[in-house]
Amino acid sequence: MTAAPDHKPTFSNLSLTERLDEAMPMLLIPILVVLGFLAIGSPSSWLTLTVSGLAMGMMIFIMASGLTLVFGLMDVINFGHGAFVSVGAFVGVSVLIALGDWTGAASLLLNMSAIFLAVVAAMMVTGALGWGFERVIVKPVYGAHLKQILVTVGGLIVIEQLIHVVWGPDEIFINRPETLKGAVTFAGAAMEKYRLLAVGIGLVLFIAMRMVLRRTKIGLIVRAGVENGPMVEALGYRLRMVFVGVFIAGSALAGLGGVMWGLYQEVITAGMGEKMMVLVFIVAIIGGLGSVEGAFIGALLVGLLQNYVAFLEPKLALVSNIALMTAILMWRPQGMMPVVKAK
Amino acid sequence: MSDPILSLNAVYTDIAQYHILQGVDLNVPRGQVTMLLGRNGVGKTTTLKTIMGQWTAKSGEILYDGQDIARMPVSARARAGIGFVPEDMGIFRDLTVEENMVLGCSSGPLDPKRKDWLLSAFPALGTFWHSEAGNLSGGQKQMLSIARAMAEDRRLYLIDEPTKGLAPAIVSTMAEALRELKAQGASILLVEQNFSVARALGDSAAVMDDGKVIWTGAMAELSENKDLQERLMGLSMEAH
Repeated sequence: MTAAPDHKPTFSNLSLTERLDEAMPMLLIPILVVLGFLAIGSPSSWLTLTVSGLAMGMMIFIMASGLTLVFGLMDVINFGHGAFVSVGAFVGVSVLIALGDWTGAASLLLNMSAIFLAVVAAMMVTGALGWGFERVIVKPVYGAHLKQILVTVGGLIVIEQLIHVVWGPDEIFINRPETLKGAVTFAGAAMEKYRLLAVGIGLVLFIAMRMVLRRTKIGLIVRAGVENGPMVEALGYRLRMVFVGVFIAGSALAGLGGVMWGLYQEVITAGMGEKMMVLVFIVAIIGGLGSVEGAFIGALLVGLLQNYVAFLEPKLALVSNIALMTAILMWRPQGMMPVVKAK
Repeated sequence: MSDPILSLNAVYTDIAQYHILQGVDLNVPRGQVTMLLGRNGVGKTTTLKTIMGQWTAKSGEILYDGQDIARMPVSARARAGIGFVPEDMGIFRDLTVEENMVLGCSSGPLDPKRKDWLLSAFPALGTFWHSEAGNLSGGQKQMLSIARAMAEDRRLYLIDEPTKGLAPAIVSTMAEALRELKAQGASILLVEQNFSVARALGDSAAVMDDGKVIWTGAMAELSENKDLQERLMGLSMEAH
């Protein structure tokens, strides 16, 4: 082949303003943390609230990551996602109750083993449930948003009622495993051990998800599918299969989130997932539908803001997240890190 | 005519309430470049999308290597060896040039020799190998779109207006790459509005009007006959 004409294009460097605009979503977290510090005044209270906010944010992120990818890949609005949170919590807590000797022992190894088994059981059950949900409820309504809302809300109600049938109508109280009770003190601030664990699990999951999405072929297909699904299929990939896989993984993550949230609140109800969906949707929307990184930043902002505001002005805590969503959508109507969809 | 790699027999395609293809009959000979010509809005892009499966044929046969693929999923058609370069290029803007190229290989990793060959044909892609594809210029995106389709061996390429809006220097790069592809034995069905490119590359031509193929023959015959051009397409190639 002959050489192409001499053509040496270059990119111009981005201006400082453009760089700042690009980085702004990531800068929002440290900005909020600093503002929180200035508003709260007391370093120990601020540290306690920051860890609490990060823990809450990580748990919301775990629940929201699957939802945002499912929407990004196939334009599916799944209001039934909350059902996987509830089922995960009930399955996980059932395992923890069954392993009462392990959770009651003052052994970190036994406690963590019990949590690990509870999480595995919850993820397996919610993953399988997600697969069935996709095949039976979601598959017939691809491309029809109104029908998706109606049938997935219907699915949510049915699953909630099934939880009542299996586990009874009452809420279930659960004690955290022995070694995760109480708090550690650092610089005068009390930080609950369980919240620190939640931050750690959330961070590990985010890094793992990012690596899968950035470093593997399947991650590449998912990212490309979020942007332009028909083209991915035209290159020879079975996007439907990928979508089913993502749906199962997202449901399993919701189950994991359910176990973690149940242990965080120390009480579970059939409607807990439904209640969480408000926060989960806020996070997915402000992050930019389809963006895992956006959901991560959005979840941390929501968790931090809610904790700071609840401390400073408890009456405003409920509206703080709606206010955050409104402000972010006025600034970036597609969310903080929107996925540019092919037309 | 040599044994066709692709034959469309009485293919009808509707988009919503519009009857776009109204009985397309078309043969794409093996190892040749077949130009699909016609005025705007006569169904050329829909024909390519119907062959690829992005629009479903309401009726008719699409025989690829003798097998009817009219009901086959899009991904299966691609895996059977059909490469597609859509009019909008289908570039993944948030992925790097490298990632776009990796996705072009659905059956395995990108072969280093093939990569070298493609980068010698499209050097700009090497320059921006690790840059997001959304930052490329229109011409570079078009190069990426074609290079991605060529990232692994395919037997039939469906290419929709690859030179649209491109500078002459880049058009010649494109034409050279397509000529090389043909020399390797690939068959190409090319929609092209640039008649000098069509004349230079085309072995045979099919002219569409009103959702049907109204003329087929040798490209040389069409390019030499101004009356025929004006009758089929309402204008002469000389005008371009």
